[in-house]
This record gives sequence, structure tokens and C-alpha cells, in this order.
Amino acid sequence: MDCTGLCEVLTQGGTDPGLAQFLSILLGVLLVVTVPLITVIFLIWIERKIAARIQDRLGPNRVGPFGLLQTFADLIKLLAKEDITPASADRLLYNAAPLLSLAAVALIWAVVPYTPYHVGADLDIGALYFVAVASLGTLAIMIAGWASNNKYALLGAFRVVALLVSYEIPLVFALLVPVMLAGSMSMVDIIHAQSGMWFIFMAPLAGVLFFISSQAETGRAPFDLIEAESELVAGFNIEYSGMKFGMFFAAEFLHVFTNGVLITILFLGGWYFPGWQMPLIAFMWLGLKAFIPYFISLWIRNTVPRLRIDQVMKFNWFFLVPLSIVNVLILAFLVMVLKEIGWVPVDETGAMALAQAGFIELLPMTIVLFISNVLICVPIVNRLRRMGVEQRAAREQLRTQRAMAAGD
Amino acid sequence: MDVLNEWAFIGVFLVLAPILPVLPIMGAWLFRPKRANVLKSQTYECGVETVGDTWVQFRVQYYIYGLIFLVFDVEMVLLFPWAVAYHKLSFFAFAAGLLFIFLLTDALIYAWRKGILIWR
Repeated sequence: MDCTGLCEVLTQGGTDPGLAQFLSILLGVLLVVTVPLITVIFLIWIERKIAARIQDRLGPNRVGPFGLLQTFADLIKLLAKEDITPASADRLLYNAAPLLSLAAVALIWAVVPYTPYHVGADLDIGALYFVAVASLGTLAIMIAGWASNNKYALLGAFRVVALLVSYEIPLVFALLVPVMLAGSMSMVDIIHAQSGMWFIFMAPLAGVLFFISSQAETGRAPFDLIEAESELVAGFNIEYSGMKFGMFFAAEFLHVFTNGVLITILFLGGWYFPGWQMPLIAFMWLGLKAFIPYFISLWIRNTVPRLRIDQVMKFNWFFLVPLSIVNVLILAFLVMVLKEIGWVPVDETGAMALAQAGFIELLPMTIVLFISNVLICVPIVNRLRRMGVEQRAAREQLRTQRAMAAGD
Repeated sequence: MDVLNEWAFIGVFLVLAPILPVLPIMGAWLFRPKRANVLKSQTYECGVETVGDTWVQFRVQYYIYGLIFLVFDVEMVLLFPWAVAYHKLSFFAFAAGLLFIFLLTDALIYAWRKGILIWR
């Protein structure tokens, strides 16, 4: 193991090398884990403000300037709330679920590269690590629903797990696209491969699929069957109160922004921005770009009504999954063909290398891939529109028939 | 950083990440009222008393979705190495990957035709 930075300083100061190594890792972990936990406090304020504006309200504006301290007030309120564990609940699992829920989201941040030089752990299998860790959240919800020993909670948990498990398939298939283009699962390598052209322009469909399924993974509208207030009261977290409820709450809010960051890394070019390559600014760009998918997510959440579980499942299995498979197949085939005719930048061994290529070199390849994506989308969107029209017409007809029957 | 270092980082993170949410919960323990009584710790069901057991056998539908997911997930793990090596694959290795995806699609089509993907 090498020993640089803080570790080196400690070793020279007389600390045992092993201990120095451990201390520097511990400090790194604390730094990386604090960033999301601090961020979430302000995210809650931002989300409430945006939601309020969309719904033509003012949102929090009493506590502190612009209501910025509202979250702290809520935190204090949650701290002072009584924490009730139902007598019939499974105590151990009941208490473990909120911890796992927040930990699952925080763990994703271990592989988020803040700048080219500041990344928690640049794993070779970063993308796979993300998939593995993100599904821990599903486990937490299942545990919470089961351990509460409450029928609403259990029904909520059943639905959620069926939903999350289903939407993970298009998510992972969409994730396959940036991995294929970058030729690596490391988050840093994926961003470097986008130095010339962001992947959202090469594979817009994969980006949209990733966005839709990540929206479902967070359990946000129109996929918020987790909560479904009118049917399940609150879903899986119904029995939780006080700070434990706060943990689920924070985990959900953080998850939405984490997805924004991941979409930025995988499709929006991470810290790259034309004309700016300074490390400190890089951190800012990553954060700013993450707000684009984050804002769209909030926008959808506050404007779209909830779908029924059968509609959600149908949408996934008969639309998203086949589309994501077709998307991967066509992209893989097209890039292979483009490589044969020499439109794909290659290195000296003849392997595709996007990281070294500039904007101009990547332009022909991007245009072809973009057009192919649009061509896949047009008939599918057209078909969806026709189906919608037909369903509406059928419903209208039924209504007229009923009205006539009542008239007789 | 060294490869081993990266995994040491993840290891420490794995231990620390569940501990950090414990802190506010423990903090709340200092402030919160602790007056439990029988009525409070009853199962919440909008004021109605609970009838029957909650921990029942669940519908087989969920199990089927779980099975299909498992098929896809395991195959995904096998597809990731293919995707990583994609940029330098020869045509036949590439075709083998495509064949694999076709087999996967075949499983989906089978489940589709069987009608088990429809939520009932």
C-alpha cells in the first residue's frame, strides 16, 4: 500500500505506518460521508421551496432568511418527538431498517468523483458497486415493512419491492451503455471518456431510461406507490416516529439528489464543462449539473398524478425493459459498424478510445448515434400516443353508453 | 491510490455508514419524552383494532417477479465484463455477447407469452 498526504505526514511524525494508513482512510471516509449528510439538510429546503412554487405557494419563509433554517427547526422538533416501537414489532429489525436505509444512500457517495483528484474510492467496478449498494435500500424498505407488523406497512413494502426490483432491470441496462462507451466501470474513467462529448448526446435514450427508472427507484411520483397516502396511509414507514422516521425521510431526499449526481457522472460529463478545467471549479460544475436532473425530478413529482400498480408494472415490463434491451443491442451494433468505417476514434491497438478524442473527432459518431436513438423513439412514442388515444376513446364510449342506459 | 487502499476505504465506509445515522437517534434519546403505554404501542390501523396475523404467506405473484428479476440480474453481472471489454472486442466475441442478450430476451418473451408479467 502506498502512503501519501496525511498518511505520510503522520508516519514522519512517528506514528505507526499501519495506524497512519488507517487514520487517513478514516478521515477520508468521514469527509465523504459528511458531504451528503450536510447536503441533505439544504436539499430538504430546496425541495420544499420548489414544490411550493410549482403549487403556487410560498413555501417555508418564517424561520431564518428565506426560511433557510426551517429544516433545523424540523430537526429539533423530530429530536423532541417520542419514539414508539409497536409492541408486536420485531424490535431488532425495526430499529435496523432506518439505519440501513440512510446508509445505503450514503454508501453510493463513496464512488462519486468530486473532482479529477478527489474521489472517495476510485473502484474498478464503480458502476457495479453502485447497483449493489443501491439495492440495499430496497432491502431496508422490505425490512421496515415486515418488522413493523402492520398491514399497511407490509402491503406498502410488498408493492415497493415488486416495483423497485422491476425497475432495476432497465436501470442496469441503461447503465451498461456508458460502461460500453467508456470501456470501464470506474466512475472516473467514465467521466474522462466524456471529455470530448457527453454521453447524453451519444445515447440520449439510455439517459432518459436511466432517469425514468431512477425516478422509480426513489419512489417518487408518478411511481410513489410506496406512500400512496389515500390507500396505505403512509406505506412502509407508517409505524415509525421521531428521528427514525427522519432517517427514512432524509434517505429519500438524499436519494433523489444522489441520482442527479449519478446521471451527471454517467451522461452529463461529470465535472467537464467547455472551457473550464480547474479542479476546484470542477466540484462546482458537478454540483450545478446535478441540479438539472434533480430539478426535472422535482418538477415531475409535483405535476404528475400517481399511477396504479398494474399500470406501473405494465409500463416497466412491456415498455422500458424491451426498449432498454433494444437500445443496448442497436448501440452495440452501430458502434461496431462505425468502428469498421473508421468514424470512431481508436488508439494504437485499434481499440475504441473516447477519452483522447476531441469534440470534432467525436462529432460524426455522435450524430449517427443520436439520429439512431431518435429513430428508435419516434415509432415507439407514436405507438404510445395512439394507445392513449384509443384508451381515452374507449372510456368515452363506455361513459356515453352508461349515460344512455341511465336515460332509458 | 493502491487497489487495496480503495477497498479498505469501502470497508471503513461500510462500518461507518450505518453508525452515523445512529448518532441523531441516540441524540434524540436524550431529549425525547419516554412515556410508553399500552395504547400507544398498539399497531396503528386508523383506530380500528387489528384482526388476524400480519405475517402471512404473500401472493405468489411477487415471487414470480422476484424470479424473473433474478434471471435478469445474474445475466447482467455476466454482461458487465462484456461491456467493459466492448471497446476492443473482435467481431466474434461481440457476436457472442449479442447472442447472450438474445437468450435473455428469449426468457423475457417466454414470460411475456405466458402472461405472468401482467399484474393481477
